[in-house]
Amino acid sequence: MPKSLDSFAPCACCDRPLTEEEMVTRCHEIVQEYKDKPGGLIPALQMAQSLFGYLPKPVVKAIADGFGKSYSEVSGVVSFYSFFSTRPRGKFLIRVCLGTACYVRGGKDVLEALKKKLGVEVGETTPDRNFTLDVGRCFGACGMAPVVMINDTVHQRVKPGRIGELLTRVLTGENPTAERERA
Amino acid sequence: MINLTINGKPLTVPEGTTILEAARSAGIAIPTLCYLEGRPPLGACRVCLVEVEGARTLMASCSTPVAENMIVRTHSARARAARRRVVELLLSEHDGNCPTCDRNRTCELRALADSLGIERLPFEGSKARRRVDSSTPALVRDNAKCIKCRRCVAVCSEVQSVGALFPQNRGFDTLIGPAFTQDLEGVACVQCGQCAAVCPVGAIVEKSHVEAVWKALETPGQVVVIQTAPAIRASLGEEFGLPPGSRVTGKMTAALRRLGFHGVFDTNFTADLTILEEGTELLGRLRRTLVDGAKGLLPMFTSCSPGWINFAEYYYPQFLPNISTCKSPQQMFGAIAKTYWASKIGKSPQQITVVSVMPCTAKKFEAQRPEMTASGVPDVDFVLTTRELARMIRESGVDFLSLPEEEMDVPLGISSGAADIFANTGGVMEAALRTVYEIVTGRELPFEKLHVTPIVGLAGIKEASLSIRNVKPEWSFLEGVELKIAVSHGLGNTRRLLEHLKNNGSPYHFIEIMTCPGGCIGGGGQPRFTNDEVRTRRIAAIYAEDEGKPIRKSHENPAVQQIYREYLGKPNSETAHRLLHTHYHPKQP
Ligand code: SF4
Ligand code: SF4
Ligand code: SF4
Ligand code: FES
Repeated sequence: MPKSLDSFAPCACCDRPLTEEEMVTRCHEIVQEYKDKPGGLIPALQMAQSLFGYLPKPVVKAIADGFGKSYSEVSGVVSFYSFFSTRPRGKFLIRVCLGTACYVRGGKDVLEALKKKLGVEVGETTPDRNFTLDVGRCFGACGMAPVVMINDTVHQRVKPGRIGELLTRVLTGENPTAERERA
Repeated sequence: MINLTINGKPLTVPEGTTILEAARSAGIAIPTLCYLEGRPPLGACRVCLVEVEGARTLMASCSTPVAENMIVRTHSARARAARRRVVELLLSEHDGNCPTCDRNRTCELRALADSLGIERLPFEGSKARRRVDSSTPALVRDNAKCIKCRRCVAVCSEVQSVGALFPQNRGFDTLIGPAFTQDLEGVACVQCGQCAAVCPVGAIVEKSHVEAVWKALETPGQVVVIQTAPAIRASLGEEFGLPPGSRVTGKMTAALRRLGFHGVFDTNFTADLTILEEGTELLGRLRRTLVDGAKGLLPMFTSCSPGWINFAEYYYPQFLPNISTCKSPQQMFGAIAKTYWASKIGKSPQQITVVSVMPCTAKKFEAQRPEMTASGVPDVDFVLTTRELARMIRESGVDFLSLPEEEMDVPLGISSGAADIFANTGGVMEAALRTVYEIVTGRELPFEKLHVTPIVGLAGIKEASLSIRNVKPEWSFLEGVELKIAVSHGLGNTRRLLEHLKNNGSPYHFIEIMTCPGGCIGGGGQPRFTNDEVRTRRIAAIYAEDEGKPIRKSHENPAVQQIYREYLGKPNSETAHRLLHTHYHPKQP
C-alpha cells in the first residue's frame, strides 16, 4: 500500500467529506507519485479510492489526464474491477442476499424495508455516508435465511419489521464485528 | 523461411508470418472479425479458428505464427463447426433487423452468417439493452448491434491516438464506448469517423442527412446546389461494384443532375481558392517573421481537415495560433455560393441550400459550427458522405454505371489539377507549393510532373525542403531560404509530430495535416473497406485526374481569377477575410 498516506489525508480535524474539486486537487499529488512507475495506474486508482472512499468521475478524469491516458481507457479499468467504486460508499456496506433460499424466505421484503428506512435505492449511499445498500447472491448461510451481510458480519433471520433496531445496533457498535472499518 | 502446408498446399513464408497471412497470400480466405490489417492481432473473436495437426485445440489463425512443417486445415469440418458456433453465439446476442439496417448491403456479420451456412439459431441469448447515441453531429452508435470486436477501439486509440472508445464494465455487461458508457459528446472525440469506417456491423454509422436533402430538393423555390469533394470521384465507383481507383467524375456529375440538383459544382473550385488564400497567408507569415522579426507565426499548419481542427482544439491548444485561418474548402464553397453566386443569380442566401458530398464525417460537425455562417445563415446546410450519396443514387433508380460522362456547371465547377490532390496526403502541400513557388520565383515548381516526390505516398510523417533562389524583386527576403515542410496523416502520426515540435521546436515553415490515414481518400465516410491497397489505388486515381487537367495550378484557374476581379479583390482582402477565414478556440468536451 502507498507509503506517505498521511501527507495528504483528508482533513484531520473533522469528518467533513472532501468535495470533488478538493479530491481532484489532491489527485495531482497521487499522479506525481505513481506516474512514472511501471503499472502505476491501478495503484494510483487504489490510493485515490482509499483516500476518498470512492472514485468520482472527475477524479478518474484527472488521473487519466495525469497519466497521459484517455478518459475512456481509465474508466474502462475502473469499471472492470469490482473493487473500484465511482459512487460514495458508506461506512457500512449492507448486502441483502437475494439467492434463492433468502428470496423465497422474504429477502425481497427485507430489501424493501431497508430501502424505505434508509431512503436509498440499491447501489446508493445515505447522505450521511453511513450506509451503502447493495444486493448479493448467497453468502453460504441459506439455513438461516433471510440473511443480510453488513461489512464482514452475517446477520441471520432478519425480520423486515426490526430493520431499524438492526441498524441502530450496527451504528452504535453493539455488534462488535460489524464495527470493523472497511479495509 | 518457414515451410508449411495449408489445405494440402505446400507454402514457404517468412518467419513470424501468421497462419492467416500465409493463407491469404495463397488465396485462401479465412473469415475474421476482430482482426484489423496493420494492427497487432487481438485474438478475441475466434472466428478465424483453424485446425492445426497435432494441436489439441483449434487455433486462432490471426494470432498464431506459422511453424516449420505445420499442417493447417482452414475449412475442416471441425473448424467450420467451431466457427459456426462462434457466429451463432454472436447472432444470438445481436439485436438488429437487417432490412432496415444501414449496413444491410455491407455487413460483415451478415456475410459471415451466409458463408457459414447458418440457417437458424440454436439458442436465444439475452440481448444488450439498446441505447442509441446520436449525441454528436457526425455519428450514431447503437450498442445493441455491437459485436464487441474492438476494431473501433484499435483504430481510435492506436491509429488516431484519441482513445474515445474502450471496453467499459466486464463480462456480459461489457459495452464498447466512451468513458462510463456515456454518450460520445461527453469525451474528446474528434468526429473523424474512422471507427465507423472499420466497424464490421451497423453499430457505428454516420448521422444521415439523406432525408433532409430529399426534402430540400422538393421544396419549391429553393435553389439546391451540390459540391463534391475531390476524394469522391476516386471512390464513389466502389459503391457500384467498380474496383478501387476507378475515376467516376463524369458519371458522378451526371448522377447529381439526375437527382435534381440545380447546380452541380465542385469543392475543387474552393480548393483552388484556398491555395490562393493560404499561400498568401504563408507568404505574409514568412515576411513578418523574416523581415519584421515577428515570433510564433511559423510553422503554419493547413486547416482543411476538420478532425484535425477538433484535435488541436482539444489536445494542442498551444498550436492554434499556427493553424491557417483559412476555412476549409467545404466552408469556403458555402460562403461563396450564398454570397457571390447568389447575387449573380439574383437570390438571397436564404433561398440557396448548399449540400456537400464529403469523404468525411467530421465535415458534418464542421458545417454546424456556429462561426461558419459568413452570409448570416450556415455556409453549408447538409453534408452527405460518399456512402450516403451512393444510397441516394440507388434510391433514385438511376443506373450509375450506364450514365454518360458530364461536365460540372460553371463557374463554381471549374478547377485545376492542384485542387484534385487535396484528396490525398501530401496533396494540399504540393498544391500550395505549385502556386507559392511560382509567385515568388516566376518559375514552375522544379519537380517532374509537378509532383513533390518526397511527400508522396503513405509514410506516416514525410518531410522535404525546397531551396528558393533567384526570386522576383518584391520577394527578396526569401532569397536563399530553405523552405522546410512536413506532412502527416492519421492523428497518431500527427501527435508524434506535434510532441516532437513541442519538445524540440520546429524546423518547419509549413506543415500539412490530414486527420485520416491516407488523407481524405481514406476518410471516415468512404466506401468500406479501406485498407492500404485501396488507399494506394485511390491516390493513383487522384494523381491521374490531376495530370489529365489542362490547368494544373490553382492560380491559373480562370474562375478563381474572375472571382478576385469581380468580388474578392486580392487574396486575404477584407472581403476574403470576412467570408473565407475563421478562428479556433481551445475546448473541452
Ligand atoms: S449489423 Fe448486420 S446483422 Fe446486424 S442488423 Fe445490421 S445488417 Fe443485420
Ligand atoms: S470519430 Fe474518430 S475520434 Fe471519435 S470515436 Fe470514432 S475514431 Fe475515435
Ligand atoms: S462498435 Fe463496431 S467496431 Fe466497435 S466493437 Fe462494436 S462491432 Fe466492433
Ligand atoms: S480474427 Fe482471429 S480471433 Fe478475431
